[in-house]
Amino acid sequence: MLGMNGKDTTLFIVVCLMVLLAPILLNPFPTGSAFAQFNAGYPALLQRFVIFGILVIGFNILFGLTGYLSFGHAAFLGVGSFAAVWMFKLLSYNIVPAIVLSVIVAGLFSVVIGYVSLRRSGIYFSILTLAFAQMMYSIAYSDLVGKVIGTPITNGETGLQVYNDDPQILLGDGPKTPHLFGLEMNSSFTWDVGGWSFVFQNGYYLAGILMIASFYLAIRIFRSPFGLVLRSIKSNQNRLNYTGISTRPYMLTAFVISGMYAGLAGGLLAAMDPLTGAERMFWTASGEIVIMSILGGVGTLIGPILGAGVIKYMENIVSTINDNVVHGWVAFMPDGLENFFVAIIHPFIGKGWHLTLGLVFMAVVIFLPGGLVELGQRIGAKFRRKKSPESAATSAEKGTV
Amino acid sequence: MGILEVKGVNKRFGGLQALGDVNLSIAENTVHAIIGPNGAGKSTLLNVLVGKLIPDSGSVLFDGQSVLGRQPYEINQMGISRVFQTPEIFADLTVFENVMIPCFAKRDGAFRLHAIGSTRHETDIHETAEAILMDVNMLEKRHMVASSLSRGDKRRLEMAMCLVQEPRLLLLDEPTAGMARADTNNTIDLLKEIKEKRDITMAIIEHDMHVVFSLAERITVLAQGTPLVEETPENIKGHPKVREAYLGEAQV
Repeated sequence: MLGMNGKDTTLFIVVCLMVLLAPILLNPFPTGSAFAQFNAGYPALLQRFVIFGILVIGFNILFGLTGYLSFGHAAFLGVGSFAAVWMFKLLSYNIVPAIVLSVIVAGLFSVVIGYVSLRRSGIYFSILTLAFAQMMYSIAYSDLVGKVIGTPITNGETGLQVYNDDPQILLGDGPKTPHLFGLEMNSSFTWDVGGWSFVFQNGYYLAGILMIASFYLAIRIFRSPFGLVLRSIKSNQNRLNYTGISTRPYMLTAFVISGMYAGLAGGLLAAMDPLTGAERMFWTASGEIVIMSILGGVGTLIGPILGAGVIKYMENIVSTINDNVVHGWVAFMPDGLENFFVAIIHPFIGKGWHLTLGLVFMAVVIFLPGGLVELGQRIGAKFRRKKSPESAATSAEKGTV
Repeated sequence: MGILEVKGVNKRFGGLQALGDVNLSIAENTVHAIIGPNGAGKSTLLNVLVGKLIPDSGSVLFDGQSVLGRQPYEINQMGISRVFQTPEIFADLTVFENVMIPCFAKRDGAFRLHAIGSTRHETDIHETAEAILMDVNMLEKRHMVASSLSRGDKRRLEMAMCLVQEPRLLLLDEPTAGMARADTNNTIDLLKEIKEKRDITMAIIEHDMHVVFSLAERITVLAQGTPLVEETPENIKGHPKVREAYLGEAQV
């Protein structure tokens, strides 16, 4: 279907359904129940799932296919956000020009940064991208460009946002929040059924549709001759040079495509919440993208999206669990035991969620080098082995699921 | 006028004269072996031919065009393919994908943005790739990941990847280095077969005299960076200068 083979079509349909039904699927616990805390089906978090999904899908085209580890991708995200907010400030709250410009601007930046960084490979490439990203962060944080021109461009520490006295020449009587031709991003529809309350938000669905489109494009790139050459760059660049293929333009194209994905994600972040700051470009944000990809499964289609989901879930859910909540769960224990239990759990929850993430990450890297996708494959293989022995032959194809 | 003309090539590494005034002419449709003791400059010469090294002076003409200063991929596009001492293949990809890449390079040139079409729908590429795999008896292994092949099969695959581009000159850098006798003989047979089936010029750099004398039509002996003699295999065997360069050392 749509130029995809059977397996990819299945995967694509599953992803479509997941995005469509996420507000329901990720809200399994009734509102007000003890576990409602674990519900991830609220718009602010769902938006982050799909937006960071777009970011890592793009990152995976670079890192997963070619093996070039960029440590500066958050810079393109940040640039995209700034471009989008500027469109809100100058034109109106319509997100179409904002998102288009954010993709274009991120693309332009990635052409320049990619052109320079791709002169080197391996660790030197990573360091060059990191250096560029940190330079851009510093410039944005101190608003160097704005100081030279004389008017704020990134607005330094305060961050960039829309003010009432901004030109907004196309605003008219249009909505005062980001909208798609009148369809406001932050308006939502709530469906109360039984003890549950499901929220369907415009902004989430817009970002979700764009993620599905990005995912589709990524599948096509993975299966194209271009994608094959990118995979061969990762496999053996020396042979490729002696096969008559010039790797630089291929690498630069992959770099720019993934930069544009990041720009789109940045533009969407601004479209959901029309303000942005330099901290979006900080190197820890770039590192988070790398961790998402590795956690989910580098070079696989679905892995990075899973990785992004797991990390955003932990960041937003594990970090909100505090000692009182744990006390509530283990109230049935005798007092001494209860306090002991809470004391043990304490470092891993709330602000300690990074510790939990670190342990999960270590476990995945050590025991599942292929990421969460490998976990799925192993479980799948166990079930299948019971049914038929010949399925082992297809394991070679699974590498690129 | 040969297909490859090397004229007065010099290359110095610091104080070491790796190549000193090398003149070499490889005639079209021949198998030309370059032999010589260790350190004779064989690999340096090969690296000059493929664009990896730029000589200090001299010229290298392939089919009348200079190859000097060109990138390896440009030289490949001119019609020179190279087989490495240890097979250089795309180890993570399947055998079939390995062969498809040179097909794309041949059809689409050094770069073509072909990011949306699926590789499955490239019927012409599929036909060419299948034909070459048939030629080297590897069609049934097409879905195997290349890293899981035996060493002999890796060599076959690398040859297939070079041949599918229909190069006019195939450079082979010690194609049987480190192989067992049986594998060496298989490689010799494979090369003979290739030579019989198509018009191709081969330049072989080799240590193993068995291979050289089974295949070569012309032999150039390098010693200390300079060509000593160029002769047919029959005349090389008893040539006094060659004895001196090769066996002379051994007899000491």
